[in-house]
Amino acid sequence: MDELRTFEYTPKDFKSDQEVRWCPGCGDHAVLNAVQRALSELGIPRENYAFVSGIGCSSRFPYYMNTYGFHGIHGRASAIASGIKTANTQLSVWQITGDGDALAIGGNHFIHVVRRNIDINILLFNNEIYGLTKGQYSPTSERGLVTKTSPFGTVEEPFSVGELVIGAKGKYFARTVDSNVSLSTQICIDAARHKGTSVIEVLQNCVIFNDGIHDVVTDKEVREDRTIILKHGEPMLFGKNSDKGLVLEGLKLRVVTLGNGITEKDLLVHDAAESNPGIQYMLANMRYPEYPVALGIIRAVSGDTYESAVEEQISIIREKSPVKCMDDLLKSGSTWVVE
Amino acid sequence: MGKKSKIIEKEEVVIRFSGDSGDGMQLTGTLFSDTAALYGNDLSTFPDYPAEIRAPQGTVGGVSGFQVHLGKSEVFTPGDLADVLVAMNPAAIKANVKWTRKGGTIIYDQDNFTEKNIRKAGYEKDPVREENLDGYTIIAAPVSSMVKEALKDFGLDPKSVLRTKNMFALGMVYWLFDRKLDYTEKYFEKKFSKKPQIAQANKIALRAGYYYAETIEALTPVYKVSPARIAPGIYRNICGNAATAWGLMAAAEKAGLKLFVGSYPITPATGILEELALRKDLGVKSFQAEDEIAGICTALGASFAGYLAVTTTSGPGLALKTEAIGLAVMAELPVVIVDVQRGGPSTGLPTKTEQADLLQALYGRNGECPVVVLAASTPADCFDYAFQAARIAIEHMTPVILLTDGYLANGTEPWKIPEMKDLPEIKPPRPSPDDIPFMPYKRDEERLSRFWATPGTAGFEHRIGGLEKTIKGTVSYIPDNHELMVKLRAEKVNRVAEKVPDLNAAGDKSGDLLVVGWGGSYGYIMTAVRELQAEGHKVGLVNFNYIHPLPKNVREVFSKFRKIVVCELNMGQMAAYLRMKYQEFTYLQINKVQGLPFTSQEIKEQCIKILEDKLNG
Repeated sequence: MDELRTFEYTPKDFKSDQEVRWCPGCGDHAVLNAVQRALSELGIPRENYAFVSGIGCSSRFPYYMNTYGFHGIHGRASAIASGIKTANTQLSVWQITGDGDALAIGGNHFIHVVRRNIDINILLFNNEIYGLTKGQYSPTSERGLVTKTSPFGTVEEPFSVGELVIGAKGKYFARTVDSNVSLSTQICIDAARHKGTSVIEVLQNCVIFNDGIHDVVTDKEVREDRTIILKHGEPMLFGKNSDKGLVLEGLKLRVVTLGNGITEKDLLVHDAAESNPGIQYMLANMRYPEYPVALGIIRAVSGDTYESAVEEQISIIREKSPVKCMDDLLKSGSTWVVE
Repeated sequence: MGKKSKIIEKEEVVIRFSGDSGDGMQLTGTLFSDTAALYGNDLSTFPDYPAEIRAPQGTVGGVSGFQVHLGKSEVFTPGDLADVLVAMNPAAIKANVKWTRKGGTIIYDQDNFTEKNIRKAGYEKDPVREENLDGYTIIAAPVSSMVKEALKDFGLDPKSVLRTKNMFALGMVYWLFDRKLDYTEKYFEKKFSKKPQIAQANKIALRAGYYYAETIEALTPVYKVSPARIAPGIYRNICGNAATAWGLMAAAEKAGLKLFVGSYPITPATGILEELALRKDLGVKSFQAEDEIAGICTALGASFAGYLAVTTTSGPGLALKTEAIGLAVMAELPVVIVDVQRGGPSTGLPTKTEQADLLQALYGRNGECPVVVLAASTPADCFDYAFQAARIAIEHMTPVILLTDGYLANGTEPWKIPEMKDLPEIKPPRPSPDDIPFMPYKRDEERLSRFWATPGTAGFEHRIGGLEKTIKGTVSYIPDNHELMVKLRAEKVNRVAEKVPDLNAAGDKSGDLLVVGWGGSYGYIMTAVRELQAEGHKVGLVNFNYIHPLPKNVREVFSKFRKIVVCELNMGQMAAYLRMKYQEFTYLQINKVQGLPFTSQEIKEQCIKILEDKLNG
């Protein structure tokens, strides 16, 4: 039957019959649309998708997808997804998580899935706040943020997702904005095709508890001047008038304005495939107002995946070993016969 | 072979090898027990080693032991007291003399009885006198100087020479028990095939010990333990951890599933993960997770993906897995959680045994969260109960906790190898094409288990998770739905009782006292009950392997006895559980929490006290 089936889908084919219950205006709605669009373009049979999540607003995501889905427990989605993908390497496994789920309670699993380079796609919704528990600070909240559990401002430094991914030997890191559905869709398609752990940070707006936290870079009026969408092989050019760019000065990035002898040729050309993460690390950590915030695929380096190495080891040892089934094993080694 | 002047014919004998943790006592004991098994003795072994890999040399804390119990009839335990103690240093005497039978034989390395070592062990001058070992047969052998002499022209460095001391001692023991050296010699040839000099040195030391014992024979009684009459078949020695791993693999093969293990190393459970990691040839996927929680969560992922999934741990790890076990209960996915119990609470006594995780296994979760709980009772039957745990998990779509313990995990016994064709089939509950659109919480009428549709199967796409749901898989906060689902999950687990064997009392089927045990204390209780029966008491025994749900006929079995005593290595957890389940009976208790197994004698003495109360009253 399978050869007769075609895998042409529309985004609608991935909508489940469940009512979407995120707050009106929540950035999650747009991400859901982007993912459903991306899936409709990937040509993967629907039954081969598995969506996994932990706990938090974003973790309701699997219920809204007409695919296999597993809504887990807080922080453990990376581990559950690792088990699914290691068991069945044919599946396209997606982990939906948030800044609290992935980086606080699930921090250990997050760095280890990245280190192992298991081929799953992680959508990390970063709204720099705890939404489901109604407004406490998260590991990505800016120092000083006033929340219900930090009434006088936080006194701790936030994680930078990209920095953490690269520190954990991550090979794929991209960043998008919830409202930019077309960029999110493109990134999801690319991440799905990338072999290895893909981490996509979504700058996502929580309309209730942290509204406008990303506006300073995502607002329509200013976003072109305050973000740069990186494209592999292209010069790092940005700005409403495409007149700004990035150059390397000494060991630091610097924003330059074209003209006065500076041309596009002087700009850095983005190389997402470079395995040395030096420049990608700086790009991932760029913060407004000193720099534009980097969007797009910042790092995409190929490498062995955990699950394929596991399967390869099994097939090599299977070939060599005299033990082919349990009866062989039971009778192997030191045995004796009682008459 | 030399003529033996003083031969003691024995039904059974217990020997304990003891020395510094670097003295190679575990290997010595293993080689001795393999040789005994090949000879046809029934046997049971137990290693006893310190938590520190190398505790300070010469101290009592650093003593590592290995006990072997062999017999010409069925052997149930590694034995209470040693008939023969091999002590490589004074600390080994200090640590073990109370576990040596009065009048037994003690072989020690007199070269190691230096003033310094004697003091380190906590003696003044002369351990033999200070321990008052007059009635014992003492063999003071100059082991260190003998191996030095035997290997003097061999070109080995002094350290390597001294490392063969254990083989000299083993050679002496082989003479004492009239055993052949060939199995041990072959072991060294194989183990050191690339270092023939080391292999040769060990063989020379072994022979030197054997001939030394022969030379001094006039001083020595020789023990003769004839082969046991055991059922015909192919046998091997197996420890509990290996048997557990093999039982799980056998279940996967019978179910037509692949096996996934997600675990984090923890004493004394690590051996199971190590054994499974070896078995790539059988397609086992082993995942050494970043922590205990990831161990079970990767297993749950693999289970969702259609694997027989297991996670292995000990008490502290079971505590960490608690929330994820709740998720497995809610998602109704099959998963086997093996808890190799050790002394607790907290880090407790990592290398010592205890049965104090029972209530944690039964109840240690939030919400109404029933799981199936089984317990293995001998090293070899870890295979059977691991197999059953997997069968129940798969066929009833439920997490199953299998309790073993440090004593079973590391203990060994000869095991009649089963044939795969004789093991029961395991049928995963697959949905049929008629079940589209698939409702994840629709249930099998008989078992109440849901059906297992796995990713990759077209048409069965569905969502499960930790939130309460309706039969269709829709998240629901409706009060009646929650109550219905709570009851269904409980009833599903209760119905497992339909598929487990009846409880069968060993010994007398009715009488004055029923001795109740569960899991690993079986052997000691069995030995005690046999002895009590032989002395004319009307005593029966039940040892629980199926703990939740309990077998259906418990009440019937219990009601045939005047008194019931529950023996367990905790403060009375099984007794408390039985009191809750069957309130009409009175439960006496025998408990021990010393990190050690029971001895048959202490159970027997307690039982006699209980029986005498009856006679008096």
